[in-house]
Amino acid sequence: MPHINLSNDYPGIRSLFVYRPETAKPLNDLVQVLLHDPHPTLPAGERELIATYVSNLNTCYYCTNIHGAIAKHQLGNDAETVKAVLTDADTAPVSDKLKALLRIAAKVQSGGKNVTEQDVSAAREQGATDIEIHDTVLIAAAFCMYNRYVDGLATWQPHNDELYDKMGEQRAREGYGTPPIKVSEMKLT
Amino acid sequence: MAHIKLNNEELPGIRGLLDFRPETAKPLLALAETLLRGESGLSSGEREIIAASVSFKNDCHFCHTSHAAAAAAHLQTGLGLIDEIKAGLPDTPVSDKLRALLNVAHQVQKGGKHVTDDDVAAARTAGATDQEIHDTVLIAAAFCMFNRYVDGLATWAPQPNEAYKEMGERMAFVGYGKS
Repeated sequence: MPHINLSNDYPGIRSLFVYRPETAKPLNDLVQVLLHDPHPTLPAGERELIATYVSNLNTCYYCTNIHGAIAKHQLGNDAETVKAVLTDADTAPVSDKLKALLRIAAKVQSGGKNVTEQDVSAAREQGATDIEIHDTVLIAAAFCMYNRYVDGLATWQPHNDELYDKMGEQRAREGYGTPPIKVSEMKLT
Repeated sequence: MAHIKLNNEELPGIRGLLDFRPETAKPLLALAETLLRGESGLSSGEREIIAASVSFKNDCHFCHTSHAAAAAAHLQTGLGLIDEIKAGLPDTPVSDKLRALLNVAHQVQKGGKHVTDDDVAAARTAGATDQEIHDTVLIAAAFCMFNRYVDGLATWAPQPNEAYKEMGERMAFVGYGKS
């Protein structure tokens, strides 16, 4: 049960967005810019992988599963790559640049000061730009917020892969600003 | 030196980053403005204390000192409040409700799942509403982001407390993202 009375049946962060629209607006605008809006070089699928990876390190079930599903759809229905990144990022079928960025993201997750000059120069050697390094750090930092928000208030996080896949498909297509579908109105098998 | 080449290396802490990437600056500033200066059962001074205390736990000098200076400006305490927050406010006259909410915030800093039913019940017993508990958790979570952003890119920060006086006053009375 959530720690506070949210008076709605949406899962995860969506229940908090409905509860407090004033804070939902900048939180949604931030994730839209970070993960969905066009980026000079980092595709949405790769940015979603960074978000999924950090959420998994923070053991946030809802965020890992919803962003994993969005990543899958952004990558052209590629569930294998999402799974591989979560299992072992170093051997996953992603570019060496993304692997280096994921290493920076993991450092950020454990604490900002843990990011070293070596981590940054390793990413640069694989072709990462300053904007990509900046955005990786901010995505990782932002998910240290979203994950704590979702778990810190003990939101409802159903265990149902099909549900996350449907919600993820919607977000990959529409971005973050559109209203969520009620779980009770979803046609789940 | 910061890990990336900023457009203006004279701007300290998060300010150099906000200047570097205006696309992300906009929602980040709107979030800070809403959380710390928007409508809430908690006063802006109390919310800045929560922000500063979490930033101290995350060892982020820039965020801790600037937000503690903002709290000092709101509460008209003088800059001594900066070091009082570091010490855990043992002799500072703050309400039991704020102390219980600070405990919730410190649990969030460690990780979302650290917040227990008992932590929340203690805050409620001390008079905290659901919305105040919500806002506390989100402020603490947001500073786990801001702190990692500022330190993860190795921005520079002035050392002495006095260097943050004007900044704190501007944060308190002008606001975030308003020049």
